[in-house]
Amino acid sequence: MARTVIPFGPQHPVLPEPIHLSLVVEDEKVVEALPTLGYVHRGLEMLATKRDYNQMIQIVERVCGICSMIHSLCYCQGIEEMMGIEAPRRARMLRVVWSELHRMHSHLLWLGLFADSFGFESLFMQLWKIRERIMDLNEATTGNRVIVSVNVVGGVRADLDEGQIRWIKDTLVEVEASIRSLQSTIMNDRTVCKRTKGIGILSKQAAYDLGAAGPMLRGSGVAQDMRQLKYAGFDEIAFEPVVETAGDSWARGAVRFRETLQSIDLVRQALDKLDSGELATKVKGKPEGEVITRVEQPRGECLYYLKGNGDKFLERVRIRTPTFANIPPLAAILPGLDFADVPVVVLSIDPCISCTER
Amino acid sequence: MSIIATDITADKLVAEATRLKAEGWRLVTMSSVEIDAATMEILYHFDKDLTLKNLRLRLPKAGTVPSISGVLFTAFLVENEIRDQFGVTFEGLVLDYQGRLLNDCTQTSSSPFCRLLVNQSGMTVAKEVK
Repeated sequence: MARTVIPFGPQHPVLPEPIHLSLVVEDEKVVEALPTLGYVHRGLEMLATKRDYNQMIQIVERVCGICSMIHSLCYCQGIEEMMGIEAPRRARMLRVVWSELHRMHSHLLWLGLFADSFGFESLFMQLWKIRERIMDLNEATTGNRVIVSVNVVGGVRADLDEGQIRWIKDTLVEVEASIRSLQSTIMNDRTVCKRTKGIGILSKQAAYDLGAAGPMLRGSGVAQDMRQLKYAGFDEIAFEPVVETAGDSWARGAVRFRETLQSIDLVRQALDKLDSGELATKVKGKPEGEVITRVEQPRGECLYYLKGNGDKFLERVRIRTPTFANIPPLAAILPGLDFADVPVVVLSIDPCISCTER
Repeated sequence: MSIIATDITADKLVAEATRLKAEGWRLVTMSSVEIDAATMEILYHFDKDLTLKNLRLRLPKAGTVPSISGVLFTAFLVENEIRDQFGVTFEGLVLDYQGRLLNDCTQTSSSPFCRLLVNQSGMTVAKEVK
């Protein structure tokens, strides 16, 4: 049978950001998939040599809009480790609050896009309506919906008063009820299951060997989550990774759905542990040496390698984002699929191309 | 402060990657760093049960490094990215974009992440730039 190469992306209705896949198909079956990047590459790592280590916080926040707070958290805790300082306990707990709010709005955004990818428009709209409640929390507590800019080296620059804490808790009660009301639809609806169950399977061993990250890894049964490293305030918070075992598109969605509910619990735990301490530790000196720091973003493990030489400019900022790690597994699971399933499977990795092309 | 990393030479790299994979280590990523006008460094980050192990490989700029993508498929993407950004050539890449992973429309371009200009078509060093 003759082979045909079909370009998928960079502009495609299902893709929120531009990635290109060259799909080699025989009839309707994909036999090979070759990813191509570069459409939105910005060279942000290189800016480290032109912006000082404090200005770089604003740069790394713009690696990804959806998980901006977690990028700056990872960067700041790396600089703090390099400079031998520790953020105060209140700051570390606040970092948990805002990073989990980010995870919630990221997962709700993705769940909506996922529903949209197989034509479930009403589910898409309901999920994004819920997401707006989280965006309201971000805006009211930080001044921005997406790029919240709360992290500084040594702690945070924003605080929550008692009224805001009560409001967040009250809002989360309503958000949790709204999400749970959609649980049966997301997990069991025939439309959802028909397009996702048994499709795009990544085995546990393959997920590990191919370096998958985040829900892509945990959806294949590997219980690994960087929050187990107990960064920020996670050392005082009860946490277990959410794991599914089927390894298919449905399992990856189920992990994200359950993690959204888990994040509500983590925010509550962090709010309950807020003490009346300082927001930031005073910073002296300049970063020197090298450090590796890791956090769990909504899409998975994020690694920062930072190198300083005692100057205000860092020598190297290297960022490995989770979608970058999930592209090789994606290229491995696409062969064998029906062409019609490609959009749903591509979306099931929650591709963030602005992260990938930082 | 410095990270703990085991120094490795290019001739032992693939064997070490094979051994680490057999022991259950997962490749997280690789980090390339320009050291000085003549040298650069590639760090290989492996993870097992949330513990990191790092290998440190020093090489001359525009040098050639054996690819570990034959052992660890996930390495192909980052190796191609390093080639685009730093001009390092990886021998034995399972999926070789020939220096055009991020930029597929030029015959000649610089290696923007280090002070080096390379001809991407032949990957030969043209000159060092300030």
